[in-house]
Amino acid sequence: MAEMTIEQLTRLLRDCAGEEEGVDLEGDVLDVPFTDLGYDSLAVLQAAGCVERDYGITLPDETVAEATTPRLLLTYVNERLSTPAAN
Amino acid sequence: MTTATREAPASAGRPATARAVFTGIGVTAPNGLGTEAWWAATLAGRPGIRPVTRFDASGYPATLAGEVPGFEPKDHIPSRLLPQTDHMTRLALTAADEALADAGVDTAALPDFAGGVVTAASAGGFEFGQRELQALWSKGGQYVSAYQSFAWFYAVNTGQISIRNGLRGPSGVLVSEQAGGLDALAQARRQLRRGSALMVTGGVDGAICPWGWTALLSGGRISTATDPARAYLPFSADARGHVPGEGGAILILEDAGSARDRDARVYGELAAYAATFDPAPGHDGEPGLGRAAELALAEAGIAPAGVDVVFADAAGVPELDRQEADALRRLFGPRGVPVTAPKTMTGRLSAGGASLDVAAALLAVRDAVIPPTVHVAEPAAEYALDLVTDARPGPVRTALVLARGQGGFNAAAVITGDARPRTHH
Repeated sequence: MAEMTIEQLTRLLRDCAGEEEGVDLEGDVLDVPFTDLGYDSLAVLQAAGCVERDYGITLPDETVAEATTPRLLLTYVNERLSTPAAN
Repeated sequence: MTTATREAPASAGRPATARAVFTGIGVTAPNGLGTEAWWAATLAGRPGIRPVTRFDASGYPATLAGEVPGFEPKDHIPSRLLPQTDHMTRLALTAADEALADAGVDTAALPDFAGGVVTAASAGGFEFGQRELQALWSKGGQYVSAYQSFAWFYAVNTGQISIRNGLRGPSGVLVSEQAGGLDALAQARRQLRRGSALMVTGGVDGAICPWGWTALLSGGRISTATDPARAYLPFSADARGHVPGEGGAILILEDAGSARDRDARVYGELAAYAATFDPAPGHDGEPGLGRAAELALAEAGIAPAGVDVVFADAAGVPELDRQEADALRRLFGPRGVPVTAPKTMTGRLSAGGASLDVAAALLAVRDAVIPPTVHVAEPAAEYALDLVTDARPGPVRTALVLARGQGGFNAAAVITGDARPRTHH
């Protein structure tokens, strides 16, 4: 499967967990902590669940907990996508 | 026998005359979204009971409900909260916003733990919960929202109101079916007496979805009539159960001293409250509603003759109507007090109903008018009630609000409009 892009991730965040007022998800948010984007740990868990569902992969809870920025989450997701055997 | 709770005097650190006053009202009701829309409809006798639209109820024995009209979630609720809230929580947040704005409170300016939230609930977010359970059994756990962890929960409205408004003081939830709308106010008053300055309280409820509907039907008190004008007729000879509804009221209850310090507009006072339980099924004894009313009036130091209106529980079930009418007759004499049930316009709102009645009592005081009971042309003669069936102008200084929750809960609250010193017992 193709890699997940930041555009796909922000769209999914918006759909699954909503969008904080005053935050521009279209901007350069790759390294902005999720908490600064208005997403608490439960929102990230919710988004990770949506990724698992939509991309057919499994993301361990501890991995999700370590993914404090969009770049880190994308890195974990894309590692999983490139190694189907790991799922 | 009945068991009763009386309010203990104030705890250490506050004066024994600590008073709790209402300074803000927010309403989401089947006959009006927003306090003034609802109140105008209520005084005009415009009901909000219609065929259910939130789901296809055509296959169920009951098909009527009171649904809040014209509620567009994204107009009231921030994007981040939409994926995590049940419909009734969105209504509660909307009512809380209105109540805080009405009270002129800047929650950010309050000391850190000075404000809390106590709401009433009956079942939490039923509709949300149903959707997630359906996802679980039909598609699997990956399809269940992480927000199911709290969105279904009884305390969810308290939690969401608390988080949204930064109210980190003592908080909680009361679950006592329809009595909860008064029990929550009493718990909020306890927190004021323990030192909180301001409480967001009341109840907004609703479960108009197949799962909620099935639960309501199993209670055995839902009207199966299909004519909205004939379905919920409390105290009528034709009473046949009630129509369920959604919505309720969120109220701002403040320590009278704090309210005075910030020069707040005061609607009225929660002058007294009492709760009782009915005897256990199969045991002899009087139902506890009348005793709750007596205890509340005693706490207020007000004689029955001093009550200007009773907002009745108005179950709409003959046996329960008779019990309430008996209690009122014993306390006030035959046709001894004006009695009204504006909930005939909204249906019974579970944990939200009695809070909405308190909102109505406060505005009855403000506008010197008793809102009407609709659809009941005349109460059954045997009840000997002075039922108000058209808005009745006249000063309202003291209102008694009654509520019963299925399972034996009774609650009574005395709402007064004046601030005269009273004798405390």
